[in-house]
Amino acid sequence: MPADVAAAGPADAPVPTRVSPSAIEEPGWVRLLLIGTGLGFIVLFLVLPLVSVFAEAFRHGVAAYLEELHSEDTLAAIRLTLLVAAIAVPCNLVFGVAAAWAIAKFEFPGKSLLITFVDLPFSVSPVVAGLIYVLIFGAHGWLGPWLMEHDVQIIFAVPGIVLATIFVTFPFIARELIPLMQEQGTEEEEAAISLGASGWQTFWRVTLPNVKWALLYGVLLCNARAMGEFGAVSVVSGHIRGMTNTMPLQVEILYNEYNFIGAFAVASLLALLALVTLVLKSLLEWRYGHELAATRR
Amino acid sequence: MPARLSLQRAPSVLPGFGPTLGFTLVYLSLIVLIPLAALVLRPVELGFAGFVAAVTEPRVLAALRLSFGASLIAAAINAVFGLIVAWVLVRYRFPGKRLIDALVDLPFALPTAVAGVALTALYAPNGWIGGLLQPLGIEVAFTPLGVVVALVFIGLPFVVRTVQPVLQDIEREVEEAAASLGASRLQTMGRVILPAILPALLTGYALALARAVGEYGSVIFIAGNMPMVSEIAPLLIVIKLEQYDYAGAAAVGVAMLIIAFAMLLVLNVLQRWKHAR
Repeated sequence: MPADVAAAGPADAPVPTRVSPSAIEEPGWVRLLLIGTGLGFIVLFLVLPLVSVFAEAFRHGVAAYLEELHSEDTLAAIRLTLLVAAIAVPCNLVFGVAAAWAIAKFEFPGKSLLITFVDLPFSVSPVVAGLIYVLIFGAHGWLGPWLMEHDVQIIFAVPGIVLATIFVTFPFIARELIPLMQEQGTEEEEAAISLGASGWQTFWRVTLPNVKWALLYGVLLCNARAMGEFGAVSVVSGHIRGMTNTMPLQVEILYNEYNFIGAFAVASLLALLALVTLVLKSLLEWRYGHELAATRR
Repeated sequence: MPARLSLQRAPSVLPGFGPTLGFTLVYLSLIVLIPLAALVLRPVELGFAGFVAAVTEPRVLAALRLSFGASLIAAAINAVFGLIVAWVLVRYRFPGKRLIDALVDLPFALPTAVAGVALTALYAPNGWIGGLLQPLGIEVAFTPLGVVVALVFIGLPFVVRTVQPVLQDIEREVEEAAASLGASRLQTMGRVILPAILPALLTGYALALARAVGEYGSVIFIAGNMPMVSEIAPLLIVIKLEQYDYAGAAAVGVAMLIIAFAMLLVLNVLQRWKHAR
């Protein structure tokens, strides 16, 4: 092993006390090769697709871009997406907090099974997530005939879209809170209770401040997925223009009509949402990493 | 007394166990468990022979083969390059490292439909990458290769994010010890570092695989969706639903769950066996 050759390589490498650097560091050319391969892969699979969204959207200039965004169906899609997220995220927020309180602060049999069930929606295909609600509420589903009789529409309407969205974003907030609250234990809450605080006071003044950044982190991821969900929503939506089209579905419809500027204009809004989510998420990890669950630090 | 306490915990003084657990169970049952039960029970009306006939139709078999085949390949590509990305992010310093680190999560944050149309635009014959590959006779968009490309995109963060923390926790002293005992760098890599990260690598592979098998949004744009050639299993579910063949759609869904479960079981056993040695 030519130790002197490798030792002349990376100058910034920490020099170990007893062992020659060549033995615990890769030679300079290997490092360069690995960095080049890794970055090349990232650029090819992440950066280029992201850039191409905006390049395609602005292909015919800013005016054409803005005009596409002002079309009535697109505006309706944006409104529906905001509405669905505004219902689905709070539902899962309440669930996440309740589940984390029960699971992290108390001992009971079957706990790990319950945690597995909470994570279950992550391992189900989005299409299956839509399918299960069609099997229950669809025209030929379990409750379909009864719903038809009473003139209640769930599939091909907003309630179905909300249900499918709740399903695919189900675990996001709970899985941020459960490990963190388990780490934190129950001592602070017990102290508050023994000093005479009520249950709600303890929750608002002790528990919530302890988990607020993790809660925000979960809401952030939950919201990104809720606004961007495609597969599950597409199964239950029925693609009725101006009525049951969310933004991702609007991308598909415009794309299939060869209105590429329109499709990529809506896509660029969703890409922007993804970028904002990533920036906020990174900020939370850097600034408040110690207040997030151990897996996020 | 203290010994007894440690064995049998005193009932918690905290309030709210009943309501929160009750709400959790009801919400979980209504949103997740009962609907999933509907999926499993629906194919029952076909009978066992009917179920087997529904999932062994040539078109269904071709779709399942493509979905699982492309997912296995894409997850393998992610295992190799994800490992390199994780290694580079943990061990080396270079400008823009934090940006790259944050960008790795893009496939989690970017809606799949957006990824789908973007990848299609890139790899179409007139796209930036497709245009370069066309003279070489390589077609990506609207072929099974396109399916693999989309699945590599969405599976990318899984391997990086499972391997990264394990790499961070490896103590450099172990590598120094190996080196001082006369191991070459290559030997240290193969005999010390690789065994330490192998379980995480397998987990990342399994996660990427599981995600890829069910993926729909990013694939359907680039796949071209030709029956028997580039039609994925989730798309077949959608097509069957549009024909009001609920039981057939549920049968494909259940078949996907069974195969995915079997593959993850094999990976789990593999991991245990590796640990036991």
